[in-house]
Amino acid sequence: MGKMIKYMILGILNVAFLWVALFLLSSQAYFVFVLLLLGALLANLVFLAPKGYPYRYLLPAAFFMVVMVVYPIVYTVYISVTNYGTGNILHKEQVIAQLEDRYVLEPDAEDYAFQAYRDDRGDLWLLFTDSRGERLLGYRGQLTSLQEQDPLLEQLADFAELTRVDLVRATNELSGQSFAYDHTHELRMRNINSFSVYLQQYSYDRENDALIESETGTIYTPVGGYFQDPDGTRLTPGFRAVVGINNFRRLFGNPQITGPFVRVFIWTIQWALLSVATTFVVGLFLAILLNDPYLRLRKVYRSLLILPYAIPAFISALIWRGLFNTELGVINQILQATIGSSVPWLQDPLWAKVALVILNLWLGFPYMMIICLGALQSIGAEMYEAAVVDGASSWQQFRHITVPLLMVSVAPLLVSSFAFNFNNFSVIYLLTRGRPPIVGAQTPAGHTDILISYTYRLAFESGRGIDYGLASSVTLVIFLITGAITFFNFRFTGALEDVNKNV
Amino acid sequence: MYRKHSFFRALWRHVTLLLFVVFALFPILWVISASFNPANTLVGQSLVPRSISLDNYRQVFTSEQYPIALWIKNSILIGLVTSALVVVMTSLAAYAFSRFRFRGRREGLFASLMVQVFPQMLAAVSIYLLVLSVGKIMPALGINTHAGLIMVYLGGAMGVNAWLMKGYFDTIPTSLEESAMIDGASPFQAYYMIILPLARPILAVIFLLQFIGTYSEFILASVLISSSEKYTLAVGLQLFIHDQYASRWGVFSAASVLGALPIVLLFMFLQKYLVSGLTSGAVKG
Repeated sequence: MGKMIKYMILGILNVAFLWVALFLLSSQAYFVFVLLLLGALLANLVFLAPKGYPYRYLLPAAFFMVVMVVYPIVYTVYISVTNYGTGNILHKEQVIAQLEDRYVLEPDAEDYAFQAYRDDRGDLWLLFTDSRGERLLGYRGQLTSLQEQDPLLEQLADFAELTRVDLVRATNELSGQSFAYDHTHELRMRNINSFSVYLQQYSYDRENDALIESETGTIYTPVGGYFQDPDGTRLTPGFRAVVGINNFRRLFGNPQITGPFVRVFIWTIQWALLSVATTFVVGLFLAILLNDPYLRLRKVYRSLLILPYAIPAFISALIWRGLFNTELGVINQILQATIGSSVPWLQDPLWAKVALVILNLWLGFPYMMIICLGALQSIGAEMYEAAVVDGASSWQQFRHITVPLLMVSVAPLLVSSFAFNFNNFSVIYLLTRGRPPIVGAQTPAGHTDILISYTYRLAFESGRGIDYGLASSVTLVIFLITGAITFFNFRFTGALEDVNKNV
Repeated sequence: MYRKHSFFRALWRHVTLLLFVVFALFPILWVISASFNPANTLVGQSLVPRSISLDNYRQVFTSEQYPIALWIKNSILIGLVTSALVVVMTSLAAYAFSRFRFRGRREGLFASLMVQVFPQMLAAVSIYLLVLSVGKIMPALGINTHAGLIMVYLGGAMGVNAWLMKGYFDTIPTSLEESAMIDGASPFQAYYMIILPLARPILAVIFLLQFIGTYSEFILASVLISSSEKYTLAVGLQLFIHDQYASRWGVFSAASVLGALPIVLLFMFLQKYLVSGLTSGAVKG
């Protein structure tokens, strides 16, 4: 029974591998194909070798972790040193093919009238005649010059000649036809009546890895993702290329990018600190009130105060966007009615930040309240009794017993809350979308953008084109910071020691 | 620290707490009220609507341009499938980490911890490009498919959950399994027939936490899903209301109430587990 299940799983896996492998081969993705082979080998080994037994249990989880987390991280690092983005989307071979496929009409080019024939297999044969009556036969990209009484002409007579109506119908097919005229020229359709000689604009020299312009002989060499002539004129489109630390140099050295980046960076830190501080202070305050055994209705208060935490944050953020609406929002209506003026919540940089902090306080204080309640309850009553005997005031008890003992269990959670808010994309994006925009920024940066929302906009939303390369290098900066924070936290909580203990 | 209350001591406490209750509940009540208010705009809202109608809810279910009910269904479906697969896969991995000794075990545990250092959504750009190229080979798993999105979620969920679940498995004594194995059970049978039933509470908690997390996930879904009938609620609702507060507030409110309901109910049900789970490290807000 167990054996049967084992071979069934292995069989299904291998069929899947084979299926994907065929796809990969047919789309010529050889690198991924090799990776897949290695993966398949590993999977079979794990299932067939007795020593591989424990690894069977790890296989599914490990697979998804490697493919969907580890690989994207590595790939992010790679993209950060490339110029991948608008204008440099294609691979080099694709760009060469595209440039080589550009043709210009020769100024004094000769026109060829043509008749088209279709053979039994459906292939097109084209009979070209120039002004002097010389005739050429075009078939599958090749041209043959014809003698006066060429035997090929008789063969053509057996095929069906296309009528004028057929020609119009076959326009697309005809305009896709091209015939090698000489090394750099091609015969291509000019209009419904004639073909003409076109000059290939650029030809690729594989040995020197350069494009040569046929007309002028100018040599274009690949520099930083573009083919470029000695004067620095670039051919578009560019291609994907490794540009080293170029993105980082832009990030830290180009005033129009660095200025907004630094502002975004500072606000990110402020935002994370403010979020943790406000939610923690309010949460702790409420926890202390609710921890009082003499307070009536504690349970009721607790379940009501916890409600904001139970609502998905994306819904809350969108609701608050409505409440903060400058013209019609209820908050401004209340302000208007009580103090007689309203606040430009989402238009003014400072007020937009205030709105964000208020929203995040609403979202986050219940969490802090719960963890503080838990921590407070774990502090023994005898501590306070001893303090009372020693004559300590309430404040002294709070300062010297509650806070230190609370911090032991809560501090690591505050650090992870900082890391979480550092990357709290949805709150920022859904309430303000990073707006209002920073004036004069070369990249799409706003006053309330934090690093992660800035990255998102660089990669997916810029009106001036996407910039995956720059976006990925900002991501690396975030990786470094959140990585350092979390690592520090692991050290602090002893999670790493847990791993070591576990051997 | 706490003493019996005098009248004024009690009074200021209740007043303060009530103020915070108002702060916490006001947006919720405001939206619930708006969802029943026939005026579909921000103008003319009041906490107690002058008349009550179910028009907004009807719109949620019938609008063809904005199939909000379908988005809620998509979110629930994606959440259920993701959570189920996550529970199966992480419990397998956690079982191996907890019960077997093998080469690379320590490194594996370390890796599952370190992966949490890098939130998956940070790599949204490369995940997008990865799924794009997967889609060229297998369109069923590419951009704008639920299956592709679920695959991405599966990867992101492994680290923290495997770690939590392994901790729980470690607390289950091995004697039961040992006696089962003497009777001829294979390790897989021990996992399936002894560990899983005993670990039901942690399986449930991870399933529900994963469901809540997936349901609320916004950034990856908005990057990977591009057509209206496939949106999750998080993506669709945002596009629906985007700068249209004046004209769509009522329907949006109804959609918010309906969309939040499954999670709020789960949360109520989960509360006692959550409090202990939260203190051990899952963060939101």
